Amino acid sequence: MTKKTSSTFQEKAKAAIDKKAALGEDIDLKKYTGKDSEIPYHKDPSELPSDVKERMLGAGVILEDTSQRSGTYLQMDNMPVHYSTTQEGVEVMPVSQALEKYDWMPDYWWKAVAVDQDKYTANIELNNYDGYFIRALKGQKTVFPVQACLYLAKEKMVQNVHNIIIAEEGSELHIITGCTAAVREEFGLHVGVSEFYIKKGAKVTFTMIHSWNPDTAVRPRTGAFVEDNGLFMSNYLLMKPVHSIQMNPTVRCVGENSTVRYNSILVAVPGSSLDIGTRVLLNAKGARTEIISRAITTGGDITARGYIEGNAPEVKGHLECRGLILGEKGSIYSIPELKGNLANIDLSHEAAIGKIAEEEVEYLMARGLTKAEATAAIVRGFLHVDIEGLPPLLSAELKKAVDASEKEVM
Amino acid sequence: MLKIKDLSVAVEGKEIIHDVNLSIHSGETHVLFGPNGAGKSTLLMSIMGFPKYTITKGSITFKGKDITHMSLDERARMGIGMSFQRPPVVRGVKTRDMIAACLKQSNDSVEIAKLADKADMSDFLERDINYGFSGGEIKRSELMQLLAQKPELTLLDEPESGVDLVNIALIGNLMNDLLEKNCPIQVRKCMGLIITHTGHILDYVNARTGYVMCDGTIGCVGDPHEILNTIRERGYDECIQCYLGRIPPND
Repeated sequence: MTKKTSSTFQEKAKAAIDKKAALGEDIDLKKYTGKDSEIPYHKDPSELPSDVKERMLGAGVILEDTSQRSGTYLQMDNMPVHYSTTQEGVEVMPVSQALEKYDWMPDYWWKAVAVDQDKYTANIELNNYDGYFIRALKGQKTVFPVQACLYLAKEKMVQNVHNIIIAEEGSELHIITGCTAAVREEFGLHVGVSEFYIKKGAKVTFTMIHSWNPDTAVRPRTGAFVEDNGLFMSNYLLMKPVHSIQMNPTVRCVGENSTVRYNSILVAVPGSSLDIGTRVLLNAKGARTEIISRAITTGGDITARGYIEGNAPEVKGHLECRGLILGEKGSIYSIPELKGNLANIDLSHEAAIGKIAEEEVEYLMARGLTKAEATAAIVRGFLHVDIEGLPPLLSAELKKAVDASEKEVM
Repeated sequence: MLKIKDLSVAVEGKEIIHDVNLSIHSGETHVLFGPNGAGKSTLLMSIMGFPKYTITKGSITFKGKDITHMSLDERARMGIGMSFQRPPVVRGVKTRDMIAACLKQSNDSVEIAKLADKADMSDFLERDINYGFSGGEIKRSELMQLLAQKPELTLLDEPESGVDLVNIALIGNLMNDLLEKNCPIQVRKCMGLIITHTGHILDYVNARTGYVMCDGTIGCVGDPHEILNTIRERGYDECIQCYLGRIPPND
């Protein structure tokens, strides 16, 4: 992409290119020797190869019939291969194009995530990359979600992504992002920066489904600002094998009565290592947050973090982490953290880890279910989080994605 | 028919029930009285087949089949159902899912709505089962599930405990439904075994036979109303004395 980014960012990135991340296994970027290839733009996304479409569908991205989508963005490795929008007032384009088009883009560029946070953010700034730019104009309310897919196509590649999401005042934007990779045994790395700007009274729901390969490493870096009366609702679903994921998005409630809800559904199979957290800073009066995570290990390792900081009066935050260990191996490390910097706040957390209670299984068996059916029903119940305020269409899609993956968990 | 013969049951290596004999014929409801700790719940759990309860001696026969070593879920599918006194909360499993499970995994929403209406539980269908339910709500929910399951033998563990006067009549009605009390006795098939500590439920549900259980043994069999009157007048001490009086001296 043509970079319209300032030399300051380049300088900072250069200084941070060896800076290890604070959390997670360190990844040697030098081992990713794959070269970018030219992947042609597809005007009609349904013309993509069927194996690609199938993988994308597995991550919630529908290409055959997009009538229930208000826009689509597809990126393979570092090339945007399709983008379109069907609803007026919603913009979907490669971020490279937005940088050309809008002279105000610097106001949103590396503002929610620091370019020198670690070597991964630096690598994005210093290398060939693109990403999506999704913006809802003032007062525009989308009914159907915008879908985006970030697809890792080639082996030994680093996919560098930088996304900007802007919900202007009073707008409503729903996004489904599916991140996936071609089925292969070679390793790959996905590094994605996402910056969210949720203006006054705007509402954003962001549903992200990850469906990688057992040898993919993933390092998303996300930051968000939520203004007065804004709502940011993020739902993250990871139920497929992956080598290693580490992310710890930071959301700043900078506007009064802003609300943040974060739901994560995590499944770690043997060989998967997940370190996934959420940080919410309640910096304005009356801001609220609820962070819920459900973690299941069938043999992999999960670190489930949560951090809420209260920096303004009348803020309220609650953190809930529940973990289920199915089988003999695997571990779940739950780290809920609360920090209050003044008196007039209300922060709480609850965390519980264990196996499925025998008593619950027997209760269902007494109604005629076999032990396997009873266990499956309890696991299914554990994974289906009721997400308050999520539109029915998205609830149904999320449920479908959970259902599609739960067989592998059992 | 349910036939229990010389049944002894141990929990974690300790024998709780000794040599119990009891038979319930098709269409009959029997009542089990007894002080706390007498072994009443253990007997019910053993009939239902919970794995923690080890049968050390004797046999249980149901519908002509020896079920002594049959698993809990097989017994449920054969037609034994139980209302739990303190059922567990199962987060994420909705009341609706439980009824569907009881309806042999059928998701018949009309049937589910009908049952919920009958048990005054319509507002609870989308709630996690037993989560934040009051005493009365738990009883109604349990009976609603059993009405869906349609067991031939219903085991009820203190169905009236923790229930207020408003709820008890409704619970009585649900139990009568479950036990087919509105059917003529000749065609009635459902059997019931009810544990009651206070006996209040007898004001709402008719029973044919009563037992007093003390110390893991059935000490007395008779008309349930007569037994209840004795217990009400003289307490369980009288039963224990009477029972002890009938044990032949050791020497």
